[in-house]
Amino acid sequence: MIDVPRSLLLIAVMAVVTAFTRFLPFMAFPEGRKKPKVITYLGSVLPYAVIGMLVVYCFKGASVLEYPYCLPELLAAALVVGLHVWRRNTLLSVFSGVIFYMILVQLVFR
Amino acid sequence: MTKRTFKVAFRDSLPILAGYLALGIGFGVLLQSKGYSFWWAILMSITMFAGSGQYAGVDFLAGGASILTTAVMTLIINARHFFYGFSLLDKYRGFGAVKPYLIFGLTDETYSVVCSAKPDKDIDRKKYYFFVTLLDHIYWITGCTLGAILGNFIPDSTGIDFAMTALFIVIFVEQWLSTKEHLPAILGVATTLFCLCVFGRDFFIIPSMVMISAELVIFRKRLDPEKRKEVSADD
Repeated sequence: MIDVPRSLLLIAVMAVVTAFTRFLPFMAFPEGRKKPKVITYLGSVLPYAVIGMLVVYCFKGASVLEYPYCLPELLAAALVVGLHVWRRNTLLSVFSGVIFYMILVQLVFR
Repeated sequence: MTKRTFKVAFRDSLPILAGYLALGIGFGVLLQSKGYSFWWAILMSITMFAGSGQYAGVDFLAGGASILTTAVMTLIINARHFFYGFSLLDKYRGFGAVKPYLIFGLTDETYSVVCSAKPDKDIDRKKYYFFVTLLDHIYWITGCTLGAILGNFIPDSTGIDFAMTALFIVIFVEQWLSTKEHLPAILGVATTLFCLCVFGRDFFIIPSMVMISAELVIFRKRLDPEKRKEVSADD
């Protein structure tokens, strides 16, 4: 039923393209060659912007305009932020947020 | 020392353990529902090591997508990885033989740990990054395989994937508290939200990346310490 050679080929294509997206900056600016200052600058400020982008990326599937209006995500995110500012303990913040979110989506906002 | 490095890496990767098991199991269940045995889940999780890429990959496999479509869509979905290397060019410099593996394993989650971790002085950074990457890879392979073997016999774990979101939020908060200059973080969130609204959830990442880069270059005078030095020297 499964077209084995074709499936293998598609997986190879996906693996190569995915690796390409990760290797490109390192191929463009190999060790030992001087890189433009603007690249060094971008490398220093990008982490702040990229983590912000990833947070939004995680929320892309949430329903904004219909029930439950992102409420589980927003409430759990608020808990994580609050707990983390208070205790600065990554594991505590992450796992409390997960448990709270699971309770919200499985029991409260069904 | 290696043992301590491993312990610290393991501790820092724990949120990812929860998230990857959950997301991986979700992927495995989806893949086996299309008739692919767990060997395919193992193969894909080892060679691709990409969450959203693999989820989309199930559609390409089951839907008979062309090679071109598969390549272009994978590129669009994973384009955000372009960004990660730029901030690790110096961090991963001189790492020799393990470097290709560290780059290969540069998922969202590995990146977020690697770029925010401040391991103690007695920790070997190279080994630390290697352990984080390897552990993440193992969690991911385990999750994907479990999902494909157990299929639908998995108890309801809806919502456990929030571990990823929570981890990114925590790192965002950490970064926010660590600096007085909040402009890059604000630009990242605001621009991505804007692009999500304008371009929709399937195509917003690349426009976001282009706009964020442009904005950061525009604000370079304010944000780049070296530029500021040049400016004050000109005065």
